[in-house]
Amino acid sequence: MITKRIIPCLDVRNGRVVKGTNFTGLSDVNDPVELAAFYSDSGADELVFYDITASNEGRKLFTDVLQRAASNVFIPLTVGGGISTLNDFDRVLKCGADKVSVNSGAIEHPDIIENAAKLYGSQCVVLSVDAKRVDGRFMVFSKGGRVNTGLDAIEWIKQGYNSGAGEIVLNSIDTDGVKNGFDLEMLKAVCEVVSIPVIASGGAGKMQDFLDLFKTLPKVDAGLAASVFHFGEIKIDSLKRYLSENGVNMRID
Amino acid sequence: MIAIIDYGVGNLFSLRASLEKIGAEAVVTSDPSVIKSSDKLILPGVGAFEDASKKLTATKLDILIKEQAAGGKPLLGICLGMQLLFERSYEFGCHEGLGLIKGEVKPLEGYIQSGLKIPQIGWNALNIVRPDCEIFKYSRQGDFVYFVHSFFGSECDESVAADTEYGGRVTAAVWNKNVYGCQFHPEKSGEKGLCILKAFAEL
Repeated sequence: MITKRIIPCLDVRNGRVVKGTNFTGLSDVNDPVELAAFYSDSGADELVFYDITASNEGRKLFTDVLQRAASNVFIPLTVGGGISTLNDFDRVLKCGADKVSVNSGAIEHPDIIENAAKLYGSQCVVLSVDAKRVDGRFMVFSKGGRVNTGLDAIEWIKQGYNSGAGEIVLNSIDTDGVKNGFDLEMLKAVCEVVSIPVIASGGAGKMQDFLDLFKTLPKVDAGLAASVFHFGEIKIDSLKRYLSENGVNMRID
Repeated sequence: MIAIIDYGVGNLFSLRASLEKIGAEAVVTSDPSVIKSSDKLILPGVGAFEDASKKLTATKLDILIKEQAAGGKPLLGICLGMQLLFERSYEFGCHEGLGLIKGEVKPLEGYIQSGLKIPQIGWNALNIVRPDCEIFKYSRQGDFVYFVHSFFGSECDESVAADTEYGGRVTAAVWNKNVYGCQFHPEKSGEKGLCILKAFAEL
């Protein structure tokens, strides 16, 4: 049976990973290529490269890094950050991305989901949503969680799904950085309206948070995190063994 | 030299890079003379069957691939490339395939247990039913490989080399003499996937 996926996210600025700690055997923790290979060897099921660069030079460095990583790491790679046109899709797919994640770009130009799905297939289009509770509703925020778009998150996700998105990444701003577990309530609401894979993001602080996620919400397909992996608070191989021992189906070689 | 057949379908970066990684010489091409002079062929592909099949026909690559396979050259179809090896597909209508593998391509919907997500996206375990199939010479029972698909190879019992459990037995790999196919992406399946490509490259 298909396994649950554990996905580390690497934030890349000017060709370097933004956060990082000293893993044994890694000479340069801020080198995205080395870190990607390290995660892959530790059993990561997929990797997300998130481009947080604003400048054109930074963008060029990002695609160089992506290309080098994709030549060395042979697991699925998703790229996000700064994707707002089909040209952006083309640019990162040519450098080795398998999936492309759209967030603010899709809010500004909702057509991009349908157009990209038609051109590259739904499996290639990931809709990433940053959501937060406002007056008892889940609202979509853009610009890295700073701007309330006025869109209802559940409606927006339904719309994205109907337009051809192949996967949803739900990042809860409410639980992000709190390290007290994923936002199970918000994730449950999303799982009820789509039948494509849902990837949980925001809130992982310890291994049990992943166990609670998969046990409480069997419809969630993957758990995504950044800092707990980068700072070595959770080791991917230990996490996958722990989940497997507790009855979650995991890919363990 | 392995010719990766480029007919305008899908992203060939990882496939080329993975073959480079295992030290196999590979070229991405649509040039008939290069395809003829290669010693192995890989037919990749993602997207819709009809569109891909039309592109193969329009470029006459369909005839060339069939000739090359009939001459005994090893051919590996990956994902949609595997499905194209079949006689026909029922993906949005009924479309002719290359007919190199007996069987037809059908939707997972209605075949697998309901409630499971379609497409199947993610890592699943290989149940190798033909351990004598050379592309599995470095593989082990239960190796995990990466799948992304909504349709699958059906009515092909005599050619199934491996299957996987996804609310039913789903064809994961097929084999008929010098023609091989993987529903999963070996170029995205980590070390286990590279092992399969290496075994193919060594044929």
